[in-house]
Amino acid sequence: MIRKETELLRFTTAGSVDDGKSTLIGRLLYDCKSIFEDQLESVKKSSERKGLAHVDLALLTDGLKDEREQGITIDVAYRYFATPKRKFIIADTPGHIQYTRNMVTGASTANLALVLIDARKGVIEQTHRHSIIASLLQIPHLLVCINKMDLVDYNQDIFDEIVETYRQFAAKLDVKDVHFIPISALNGDNVVNRSEKMDWYEGPTLLHTLENVHIGSDHNHIDCRFPVQTVIRPHSDEYHDYRGYAGRIASGIFKPGDEVVVLPSGFKSKIKTVDSMDGELDEAFAPMSVTITLTDDIDISRGDMIVRANNQPKVAQDIDIMMCWLNNDGPKPRGKYTIRHTSNEAKAMITEIIYKLDVNTLHRNEEDKEIRMNDISRVKIRTTRPLLADTYNRNRFTGSIILVDDATNETVAAGMII
Amino acid sequence: MHSYYLSHLKELEAEAIYVLREVYAQFENPVILFSGGKDSLVVTHLAKKAFSPAKIPFPLLHIDTGHNFPETIQFRDELVARLGAKLIVGSVQKSINDGRVAEEKGINASRNILQTTTLLDTIEAYQLDACIGGARRDEEKSRAKERFFSHRDEFGQWDPKNQRPELWNIFNGKHHRGEHFRVFPISNWTEMDIWQYILDERIQIPSLYSAHEREVVERNGTFIPKSEFIKLRDGEKFVKKMLRFRTLGDITITGGIESEADTLEKVIAEVAAARQTERGNREDDKRSDTAMEDRKKEGYF
Repeated sequence: MIRKETELLRFTTAGSVDDGKSTLIGRLLYDCKSIFEDQLESVKKSSERKGLAHVDLALLTDGLKDEREQGITIDVAYRYFATPKRKFIIADTPGHIQYTRNMVTGASTANLALVLIDARKGVIEQTHRHSIIASLLQIPHLLVCINKMDLVDYNQDIFDEIVETYRQFAAKLDVKDVHFIPISALNGDNVVNRSEKMDWYEGPTLLHTLENVHIGSDHNHIDCRFPVQTVIRPHSDEYHDYRGYAGRIASGIFKPGDEVVVLPSGFKSKIKTVDSMDGELDEAFAPMSVTITLTDDIDISRGDMIVRANNQPKVAQDIDIMMCWLNNDGPKPRGKYTIRHTSNEAKAMITEIIYKLDVNTLHRNEEDKEIRMNDISRVKIRTTRPLLADTYNRNRFTGSIILVDDATNETVAAGMII
Repeated sequence: MHSYYLSHLKELEAEAIYVLREVYAQFENPVILFSGGKDSLVVTHLAKKAFSPAKIPFPLLHIDTGHNFPETIQFRDELVARLGAKLIVGSVQKSINDGRVAEEKGINASRNILQTTTLLDTIEAYQLDACIGGARRDEEKSRAKERFFSHRDEFGQWDPKNQRPELWNIFNGKHHRGEHFRVFPISNWTEMDIWQYILDERIQIPSLYSAHEREVVERNGTFIPKSEFIKLRDGEKFVKKMLRFRTLGDITITGGIESEADTLEKVIAEVAAARQTERGNREDDKRSDTAMEDRKKEGYF
């Protein structure tokens, strides 16, 4: 069997009940033959039970009993489909403001965000919200689908107007790569197959865009960062003196012979081997999981980071972050939390709330400083031990943190280092 | 000029290895839940890769319903010997004998549900704080909502509406005494990924997955294998069929599909063309629309 290597693209969608998100996902899965007959059969039965005239593909994407009963998406659901070119992971998230934290969660691992606009309504508050979150989370590619074109007679003027309005709004955001596609998810226009009703649109279809958007540069291959997860010591006769540092490369490229510095100790050494079970590697890059051995015997443990001498992260205890609060209970005054950053852990305290960001307008509110669930705010934190930090817009993996409540052990906040 | 990108399988492999190493670093007493099925074999193989050249630092835990395919048990014991790993067996028969659970009665009786009690009792007895499983999000709708690190309270229960948010690749395994985590390193893999990986890595799998001749009875549109646990109903009879199994559960509830695919390559070609989900032949999922969600809340795999 001849098989071509395929790439992985993770994308996020956000939307609420009526914007056709579920129909679009259903359409993509269906046209890519990723819905099985027994799944379709069970959705048909459920649709009939609910007295619906059509097969409600939304039932396919809602996983929990409560979601299907209430007809809403509550949590992030993951969907999978593949074409001969790429494999896709969809993080399907609810779009309503009360679920901002779930949108943020879905966005955190995405290469691409799919933003849906109802052609009849144009750019609305929800469009702003989804785009602002995509920009904050530094999703490299935005795909704006103007949906329900069938309901506006496939009119090019309407499409052009929406694109123009969106462009003006997006100028305020930090997004680099934006695509616009007029579609009808219901009829399948420009989703997988080209629309015959919109010959004025000469761009690619949605699926073609998903298959071809350039994701090769999404990983940072410049700044070498290797957070050590654990130390491998086999204690066997064959590998008596083996001491390997296991981890996943956060960014950069590592090769045998590279001069490296181990942080926070600052000890210098050289990479002896880059190991995997498939043998020693000539080089390794993000996001590979490997085991590195060094020429010198130095004390290294979980939480340390192997980097290059001429390119190091900031070593800091006072850090500014954009923080999304994830928990029902707001932060405790002077409360201490466990902060997790790469494989490192320390205690942290929120020392100052600078402003709260309105995710619908980008307005900075410096008056109301009471943080509630779903709020995104710029805050200062102080940690008990220094973090080896990069800014989030330079490095998603060494620029992100979570806060854990020590009493409940819950993950209460996520932060992006500024 | 190099192009620095990984194929999707290599990226999924890197993700799974990262998760397994996090388990090792964050927990005191983890195990791999081992059924002998293809998914748990892939997880075990990934664990070998994650800690090479050291041995897998986790014991394997098998919840034995007593209703096994004989092939599965033989395969399990050979693998454990090859890996030099420790095997823990939780016995459903013992749970029945001890009066912890009662055997189901009726025409569709199975020991599927009973496993939950045995599993939770074993977790308590060995004070396990993490059970690494081979569940995948594409398998079933409630599993699509599952986290990589999935919290279980002191009763072993899952609260799907109150899960910890999971962002980037930062996993939070903090827990109180008596609570534990289920960890799913291959959450993002699909059935197709599993088969391609088995082929690429030449992972040994039980012969049940490729086509062979077997005595079966046709029931509810699937073929249930002949075993000492199956009683024929009126009008039913055992027939010989060429078939294979897409998933492996108890011999009493796992239906085969007619197939001529007797090599891995042919199996993959069949998977690619399949129009039914792999769990479509599992009686345990057919009990109701929310059968999996309900079982998972109670502490099932």
